Amino acid sequence: MQVNESFRPTIVAFCCNWCSYAGADLAGTNRLQYPADVKIIRIPCSCRLNPLFILRAFQRGADGVILCGCHPGDCHYTTGNYYARRRMTLLFSMLDYLGIERERTRVEWVSAAEGAKFAETMNSFVETVARLGENKRLEDLRCKSE
Amino acid sequence: MQERVKAKAIELLESGACTRVLGWKAGEFFYDVTPAVFTSREEVERDFVFGPFCGANLSKYLIAESRKGGKVGAFLKPCDTYSFRQLQKEHRVLRENVYAVGVQCIGMCDIEAVKAAGMKGVVGAEERGEDLVVRTLYGERTMERRAALAERCQVCKSKKLLDCDERIGGQGEELSSARFDGVARLEAMTAEERFAFWRGELSRCIRCNACRNVCPACSCEKCVFDNPASGAENKAAADSFEENLFHIIRAFHVAGRCTDCGECSRVCPQHIPLHLLNRKFIKDINELYGGYQAGEDPETRPPLVDFRLDDPEPSVVHERGRKG
Repeated sequence: MQVNESFRPTIVAFCCNWCSYAGADLAGTNRLQYPADVKIIRIPCSCRLNPLFILRAFQRGADGVILCGCHPGDCHYTTGNYYARRRMTLLFSMLDYLGIERERTRVEWVSAAEGAKFAETMNSFVETVARLGENKRLEDLRCKSE
Repeated sequence: MQERVKAKAIELLESGACTRVLGWKAGEFFYDVTPAVFTSREEVERDFVFGPFCGANLSKYLIAESRKGGKVGAFLKPCDTYSFRQLQKEHRVLRENVYAVGVQCIGMCDIEAVKAAGMKGVVGAEERGEDLVVRTLYGERTMERRAALAERCQVCKSKKLLDCDERIGGQGEELSSARFDGVARLEAMTAEERFAFWRGELSRCIRCNACRNVCPACSCEKCVFDNPASGAENKAAADSFEENLFHIIRAFHVAGRCTDCGECSRVCPQHIPLHLLNRKFIKDINELYGGYQAGEDPETRPPLVDFRLDDPEPSVVHERGRKG
């Protein structure tokens, strides 16, 4: 048991290969700081994000899940992010409806040139989720390591 | 009504227009009416029922029945015809092998509502005008039919019969219904209250999969819940997370295709109000992307495989929460 240690959230960031993933790279090469709590998973397009992935991330211990993709209109596959936008809106609304804290999920459009925005986004998202504390409402006790 | 429906079934079989007819027959009890296929006059005369407990939506059975060769006759209530058209839109039913007879509906009763009205030892019931005459072991009693209606029928969205080859009982109208009131009541609660409400409901789930099996929109040949590699396969929920997972994913998979026929809630042995999940998606779609009724129009694109350049951002969920 760690009693005195302050809570660090686990954040899963699904990043589109063509923009945000490169944006994260740019943040790195520019030496911009963002917390190491963010675990990036590369996906080929924001529209690849199956809602099941988000739920699975929560099950396996994520406290917050963020999707980063190309700005609407800039999708590498022309329209993928428009579909993702509708899906995520409805999914987040459903999670909210089930009483799961709506601040644990977010979508942000970050281009390959926006290293600074990537770092800012992650800083603010980590801060928000850290304030919410541990994910209790969508946890799976069998997946808890301690 | 029952006599007209039975006569039509016999006519379809004897004229050779159909080789078999899809209808309803009484189950163990008079109120657990089940879908059944009839092939002869004798069967129809003996078993066919059409009454206040024929809530079952027959359209899903047409996926398989329309592929068995020959023509199948089917009796469809207004909400069944919405599912029927939605299935055609998804190329699941072979329309040319179906002879659809639309049957006008005055709302189906729910045995739980009858029992809740204090009826004990119920052995039969029939409609008489605005009343439901209930036969019990202790004699005949009468209740207002409205009070015995299933929730989905109390807030009926439409009496319109779509896509029928013929109709019994005439065409009906779309109704302005209060079906989203229940969702709105939940939305007005705090997140804690909603969480407690859904925990109370979903923790009763025994994962029997009845909601999935009865759902006309859940007609995938390979379901994610049957796939052991999905990690969400068919098994008893072992953790609260799995209960949430199953119902979120199921509701999401039918979002934009669910016609709100209410079969999921009807068949749930645990009486979980599953329609509240599906209606939440329908309400959100209506509010965010413009009114859409699945199954109504064969041409329009379903909202989840469509988009507009000026769709609201997902942050609309967070903003809406802050306002409320």
